[in-house]
Amino acid sequence: MGMKNHLKMSFPSLGENVGIARITAASFAAQLDLTLSEIEDIKVAISEAVSNAVIHGYAQTSGQVEVTMNLYEDKLEFIVTDYGHGIADIDQARQPAYSSDPERMGLGFVFMESFMDQLEIESAVGQGTKVRLVKNFVSNSSH
Amino acid sequence: MKIVTDMKQGVLLVRIEGEFDMHGADEFRRQVDNALDVSGVRNILLNLENVSFIDSSGLGVILGRYKRISLAGGQMMAAHVQPQVARILELSGLFRIIGLYDTETEALNRF
Repeated sequence: MGMKNHLKMSFPSLGENVGIARITAASFAAQLDLTLSEIEDIKVAISEAVSNAVIHGYAQTSGQVEVTMNLYEDKLEFIVTDYGHGIADIDQARQPAYSSDPERMGLGFVFMESFMDQLEIESAVGQGTKVRLVKNFVSNSSH
Repeated sequence: MKIVTDMKQGVLLVRIEGEFDMHGADEFRRQVDNALDVSGVRNILLNLENVSFIDSSGLGVILGRYKRISLAGGQMMAAHVQPQVARILELSGLFRIIGLYDTETEALNRF
């Protein structure tokens, strides 16, 4: 299962960069024959993961966010990493309507889970969070 | 993201253009809260014709404004919602509290 293409970006935790990461992910995904709705799914999931890193990972502080994009024969993998506060209780954070802020809907992880085929979260308090998102697709040998 | 507010038939009309994510959310909150303070109206109509993307940060600030006006008995409607945005509104359940209409006129007649 070889890697066919990959891209790594690193940027400071600024709100402006959420859109840049999302559009880059959509462009990376566009090298495949995906439907518009599949591309939209990826944009929402990446937007949620990067927003979480900026809003929660680096709450009251700032730091670097890394997004790694890997294309395999049958799947697209996105890894969003921050080196911020970390999540104390991952199970709680994944619950719908769980949010540390009343202006937020607590849907970040719910959207990532609904729009992608796999979601894995690794986190350590004080060290940061790594979110791995995978979208499977039917590999087409004509590519 | 660009936000323009206007008054129409006693309703605060908010026209939004661009991608509605965390970067635009702060600006939306600031401008809409300010317009509500200044006008004293309690109904909001969102024109989402030129919104090509929304995520949970955008939904969160819309919900926040909805909570504010509904406490005063106000309502929120949205017009010209693009399919990809409508899908997110449906998944989040927001479409149950915000009426979705094809045009501004149609929505304005429902307040």
